[in-house]
Amino acid sequence: MSAIKIPPVLRPSTGGEREVAADGGSVGEVLSSLAEQHPGTKAQLFADDGALNRYVNVYLNDEDVRVLDGLETPVADTDTLVILPAMAGGR
Amino acid sequence: MSSGADLIRDAKEQIREVDPKEVHELLERRNGEVVVDVREQQEFEQSHIPGAVHVPRGHLESRIEGATGDKSERVVLYCASGNRSALAARTLLNDLGYSNVESMIGGIALWKDRGYDVETPRRLTDGQRERYSRHILIPEIGLDGQLKLLDAKVLLLGAGGLGSPTALYLAAAGVGTLGIVDDDVVDLSNLQRQVMHSQDRIGAPKVDSAEQAINGINPDVDVVKYQTRLDASNIMEIIDGYDVIVDGVDNFPTRYLLNDATVRLRIPVVSASILGFDGQLSVFAPYEGPCYRCLYPTPPPAELAPSCGANGVLGALPGIMGVLQAIEVVKLVTGSGDPLIGRLLLYEALSTSFTDLKLRRDPDCPICSRDPQEISDEEMGVFPDYEAFCAAAG
Repeated sequence: MSAIKIPPVLRPSTGGEREVAADGGSVGEVLSSLAEQHPGTKAQLFADDGALNRYVNVYLNDEDVRVLDGLETPVADTDTLVILPAMAGGR
Repeated sequence: MSSGADLIRDAKEQIREVDPKEVHELLERRNGEVVVDVREQQEFEQSHIPGAVHVPRGHLESRIEGATGDKSERVVLYCASGNRSALAARTLLNDLGYSNVESMIGGIALWKDRGYDVETPRRLTDGQRERYSRHILIPEIGLDGQLKLLDAKVLLLGAGGLGSPTALYLAAAGVGTLGIVDDDVVDLSNLQRQVMHSQDRIGAPKVDSAEQAINGINPDVDVVKYQTRLDASNIMEIIDGYDVIVDGVDNFPTRYLLNDATVRLRIPVVSASILGFDGQLSVFAPYEGPCYRCLYPTPPPAELAPSCGANGVLGALPGIMGVLQAIEVVKLVTGSGDPLIGRLLLYEALSTSFTDLKLRRDPDCPICSRDPQEISDEEMGVFPDYEAFCAAAG
């Protein structure tokens, strides 16, 4: 099981969980597993064609998966995925 | 027993003396000769020959090798009138093995009489020296870094949660000019986190309240107030001329507009955002690291854009994120350390964890993959109609 860090804007869709464990051998599989556990996250992560939404960045440990192999990037059990949508709010 | 005057005369007989005219010519040619000022610290600070290295005569033996390690190199010493430098030259020749040493006749007094230039280094006042003493003691900042801070112009976007600690610490650090853009007035609900404001200033414009707080901690800071909202019509005029911009804006359209304008003007932006117990921080340095559009070429839809409405935030969270911003500003201004360029720091207060992510430049970035002069006014801040989005999201 890999760990996924859930950003504040997605937490309403994960029942408030800040970190979710999910199975999968690739970034795509792990995120799909998250979407199965918490269906509310699916539309926020994936576009209709199954690609990652462009306003969401996903990091495998500290590296952007777009500079790796995208959703195909292999993931080990010890890895952490970080989902990072754009944030604003300074007040 | 010989007198002091005898000693000096003896020394001058044993060494070579050189006229200021020749030293002036030497310095103009710059052939690797070293000119050393052997006077005391205070004298050197008042004025010295441009390009001279300072080695006080009392520290000659221990410090001369730091100025010139090559003992065959030509070294010209000078002092106020040519006596101390003659004695120092003798020491270098007789005791330290330097072979090509001269003393300048008449010292800096004759140099000035001849009308040659002197350098008058900038000095801190006694009050400044005391106020900034803890900075001056850190080698990475020191006197040079403090002078850079005093010369710096930093623009704060927002005098709110993030802007409060940033403004206070940058004011305390002696940043010479602090611009503040905010069109809001102080409200009771601000005081849970906006520590620059106060109960007795509720209802006052935030820029005025901020000015009072800033000058309360450091009256030397020049506060420039912009009681307005940053938009496409005023952004270029407001931000031009600032060295660093501190971004604490609360909405996406302004973030994109700010990105495009700062890339065009090549101004680094120290950007932070906060929500609930979570904070993000990064430094967007145009053409050095990624810009905001490299990271997020498109904004999220309204339901994922929490800035549309009022959101909860832990009061101390903007404290830590704003102070981190202030530290990044100090690093950028003084050129110390590794600023958070091409990296993004996530802080999660509930788990007390910091995560450092790598950010990459996008070679196809619609903005920063091009030359700054190619970015047109029409392109800047191009963005969907967020007001409509937010209205739809309720």
